[in-house]
Amino acid sequence: MIVTMTNADFSTEKPRPSHFQPRLDERNIHDAWSSWNGYKLAEYYFEAEYEYFCIRNTCGTYDICPMQKYLISGPDAEKMLNRMVTRDVTKMRNNRVSYVLWCTDEGRLIDDGTIFRLADDSFLLTCGSPSTAWLKKSSLGFDNVTINDRSDELAALSLQGPTSCAVLKRMGLKGIEQAKPFTIHHFDFFGDSLMVSRTGFTGGLGYELWIKAELALELWDAVYEAGADYGIHPFGEQATNMARLEAGFIMPGYEFNEALKTVHFEHDQTPFELNLDWMVDFKKPHFNGRAALLEESRRGPRYTLTKLDIEGNKPAEGAFIYDSQDCSRHIGYVTSGMWSPVVKANIALAMIETPYLKGELWAEINYEKELRHYSKIARCSVKEEPFWAPDYAKVTPPRDY
Amino acid sequence: MAHYDTIIIGAGHNSLVCANYLALKKKNVLVVEAAEVCGGLGARHEFHDGFHASVAHQASHFPQKIIRDLRLAEHGLSLSGDHKACIGLNRDGDHVILQGNKVSGVPDNEVDAYKRYHRLMKRYADMLAPFWLKTVPPIGNNSLPEMMAFAELGLRIRLLGKEDMREFFRMITLPVYDLMDEYFSHPLLKSLLGWDALIGTKQAPRSPNNSVLQLLYRMAGDSHVTLDVPTLIDALQRAAVSRGVDIRTNSRVCDIVVEQNSETVKATGVRLESGEVVTAEQVVSSADPKMTFLKLLGAEHLEIEFTNRITRIRDDGLVSKLHLALNDQPSFSGLSSPAGRLFIAPNLEMIECAFDHAKYGESPVDPVMEITIPTLENPGLAPEGQHVLSAHVMYTPRKHKSEWDESARAELTTKIIDAIEVYAPGIRSLIVGQELLTPVDLESRFNTSGGHWHHGDFALDQLLMMRPTHGAAQYSTPISGLYLCGAGTHPAGDITGMPGHNAAREILS
Repeated sequence: MIVTMTNADFSTEKPRPSHFQPRLDERNIHDAWSSWNGYKLAEYYFEAEYEYFCIRNTCGTYDICPMQKYLISGPDAEKMLNRMVTRDVTKMRNNRVSYVLWCTDEGRLIDDGTIFRLADDSFLLTCGSPSTAWLKKSSLGFDNVTINDRSDELAALSLQGPTSCAVLKRMGLKGIEQAKPFTIHHFDFFGDSLMVSRTGFTGGLGYELWIKAELALELWDAVYEAGADYGIHPFGEQATNMARLEAGFIMPGYEFNEALKTVHFEHDQTPFELNLDWMVDFKKPHFNGRAALLEESRRGPRYTLTKLDIEGNKPAEGAFIYDSQDCSRHIGYVTSGMWSPVVKANIALAMIETPYLKGELWAEINYEKELRHYSKIARCSVKEEPFWAPDYAKVTPPRDY
Repeated sequence: MAHYDTIIIGAGHNSLVCANYLALKKKNVLVVEAAEVCGGLGARHEFHDGFHASVAHQASHFPQKIIRDLRLAEHGLSLSGDHKACIGLNRDGDHVILQGNKVSGVPDNEVDAYKRYHRLMKRYADMLAPFWLKTVPPIGNNSLPEMMAFAELGLRIRLLGKEDMREFFRMITLPVYDLMDEYFSHPLLKSLLGWDALIGTKQAPRSPNNSVLQLLYRMAGDSHVTLDVPTLIDALQRAAVSRGVDIRTNSRVCDIVVEQNSETVKATGVRLESGEVVTAEQVVSSADPKMTFLKLLGAEHLEIEFTNRITRIRDDGLVSKLHLALNDQPSFSGLSSPAGRLFIAPNLEMIECAFDHAKYGESPVDPVMEITIPTLENPGLAPEGQHVLSAHVMYTPRKHKSEWDESARAELTTKIIDAIEVYAPGIRSLIVGQELLTPVDLESRFNTSGGHWHHGDFALDQLLMMRPTHGAAQYSTPISGLYLCGAGTHPAGDITGMPGHNAAREILS
C-alpha cells in the first residue's frame, strides 16, 4: 500500500486522555499539553514556577497515569526480578517500595523505576517507558511468573508537598501520618481499595495514590476537596523537572539515554557513571550485567554524574564543561541545570570525565537575552551532599498543618 | 563426602570420550547418568524380548584420532569391516549403490558426474576436517593463537585454488536440491546423495541455508569404517572404567550446584535426584544447552540476553525411529544381502513433500527413511538367527497436531511398514515386535530438548563460534567451572565424539 500525504491517517498518534482528563482539562488553562507514553500530559497548568512553589510550600498533584505499571506475580516472580535489577529484592518486605535500576548484559542502564512488593509472590514494577519486551525476555527460563501490564487499568496520582499528609488526613485516610517513607498502605475507597505509598519524585514529603481507573475522578475530587485549604494545585512536567533536579534524581532524556534505545556505542550510561554505586549490590545473588559492572567498579567509571554549584545565576542547561577558564579541554556536559529557589544557588547535574573531577571545572554557559546571544565562562564547584534534602521529608509522623 | 576433579553430566558417547581424555591426564572423574545404562542416544535398549537396538545406529565419521588416542581397539572396538554401502532402493529392483567413490546402478554419464562431484566434495570435506577437532575462537578480542586458528582456516580455503575456493563459497549455502540438480539427473541418485545433508535437522532439499556444510561434515570421516554404535559405547565405557573413571547410572542430576563468590558464580557440583550432592572442581554437561542452562543451572544465574539466545536455539526434532523385531533375515527385492544403509526416498521431491506436511504438524503421507539391519554386524542384538530392523524416518514433527496420540503413532507405524514392504515383500510376516520412538519419546526418554539428535539444528547461525551461542561456544560457559561437551557444541551431533574431545582439551588447558 502506498501512503501519500493526502490520505495518511495519523489519528492513532493523537495522545489519549488520562483517566483524570476531565479535571485536567478544567485546570490546564493554557492548554499546554505534551505527551508521555501516548497519554496527554500537562507541561504546566498555570505556570511552572507557581506550581513548583506549591510543591515546595503547600502541595500539588502530578498525573502519573502514563507511568508504566507491571504486575509481576507467581512463585518465580522474586527470583526473576532479583536477577533483573541491581538491588537485592529478596531483602524487601511486603508493602515496601524500592527504587531500582536494570541494565543490559553489558551493564548499561536500561531504565530506573520502583518495585512495590505487594505480597511474597506479587510485585508492581513502575517505570517511565514501556518495558514489556524486556520483562518478557527477563522472564525466559522462569516457568512460574506472569507479567501483566496494568498501565491502562490503574490510575495514579502523585501528591507532593509539605501539606500532603494533612490533605490525606482530611480525606479520611486514618493513620496515614504513621506511614513511613517507602511503605504501602491500603484504604477503603468507594467500596474499593485505594493504595497509598509514601513515595515521590520531588525530594520532599509526598505520597502516590493508586486506584482502579474507574474511580479516578472520585479520587481526584476527594483529594481536591480535602486539599482546598492546603494550597493544592496540579503541577506539570516542568515543575516536576525542577523539583527532581533539586532532589538530585535522574531523568531519562537528561541524565541518561535508555540503553535499549541507544544507537551509538556507549552513548548510554552505567549506574556508576550516574553516581548510583549504592544501587549496585555485588553481595546479592547474580543479576544482569554483574560481570561488566564488577569490572567497571574496579576500573572506575569513564564519566561521573556530578552535582555542581555554578557561580552566577544563568542556568547552565546544555553547557559544556572545561578543565580551565580558557576552555582548553572539553571534559563533560551539563545534563540539567536551573536556578534553585530553595537552595538559592545555580545548580546543575553534569557528566564529567572522571579523572578531571579533581581539577578545576568551568562551564561555558550560552544564554539569550531578547534575541541577543551571550556566552559566559563560570566557575563550578562540586557538591558532594544533595542540593536539597529537608528533614521534614523523612520524619514520621510528618509535621501537621 | 566424595570430591572429584570433574563431574560429567550424562554418559553419552561425548561424555565418555571427554571422561577418557581427562582420565588420561590423571583427573579423578565421575560420570553421572540418569538412565540405567551408558550411551545416551547410542545406548542399546531392549525394545522387545531379546531384541535390542540403539537410536543412533551407525557412526560413519568417528575420528581415527580419538580411536588411537583412547586405544579403543584394546577395549574391544573392532576396526575390521568397511565403510557401509549406501543403497537407494528402487521399486523395480534397479538399485543405486554408492560405495566410497564408486556408484553403480546409474547411466555412465551419471557415473562421470559422480566422479566430478565426489572429487570436489571430498576436497572440501578434507579441507574442513581438521577444524571439527579444533576450538573455534570467538569473534573479537582474539589472542594470537586464536588469530592463527582463523588464519589457518583462511589459508586452507585459499589453498583450494581460485576456482575451487570460489565454488566452495557458492556451494556451502546452496539448497541441496540445487546442488544435486547441477550435477545429476537421476532422481534416486540425487536423493541418496542429498540425504546426509538433511537428516536430523529442520531442513528440506529446497531449504536455503547450509545443508551442504552438514554433508561435508559427514563426509569428513577419516575413519573408513562404519562403527556399530553399541560396540563403540561399550569400548568407550570399558576404556573409561579401566582408566579409573567412576560411572554412576540411575543417577539423574536435578541441579548443577553453584556458589556465588565476590567474583562470579562458580559450579561446585551436582545435586542428584536422591538429594545427594556430589562436589567437584569442574562440572561438565553433555546435556543439550537448553537443558543445561535452563533446567539444570537456572536462568537466575545467567545474563538475560544470553538466556534469550539459549531459548532461541532451534531444536525441533523431526526424526522418528522405528525398531522392528524380525524372526528371520528380511529380504529386499534385487539385493542379495540387506547390508549397508538402505534408503527409501525415490526422489528429492518426495523428501520435500514429507517436510511440507511436517511444517504444519502432520505426519508424512509418504515417509522417507534410512534403514539398517544392525544384527548383520552385531548378531548379539537379537536371538540367534533373528534380526533387528532400524529405521530413521523423516519428517515427523515433535509438535504434531495430535500430540502423538495412539492413533497417530499407529498410523505412522503402518505407513512406514507399508513403505518398507514395497521393497521387502513379505517383511510384515517376519515382525514379532516393534517400537516407534517419535521426537516426543526421544525427548522424554533420552532427556534431549526437542527430541533433537544434535541438540540444536546444524544451521549456519548455530555453528562454529555460534554453537550453541556466543558466550558458551568454546566449551566454557559464563559460569566459572561449568563446561559443555555435548552435541550442542562445536562441531555438532552424530556419533563423532568430537565435542567431547574438544571439550576435554579446553578443560585441561
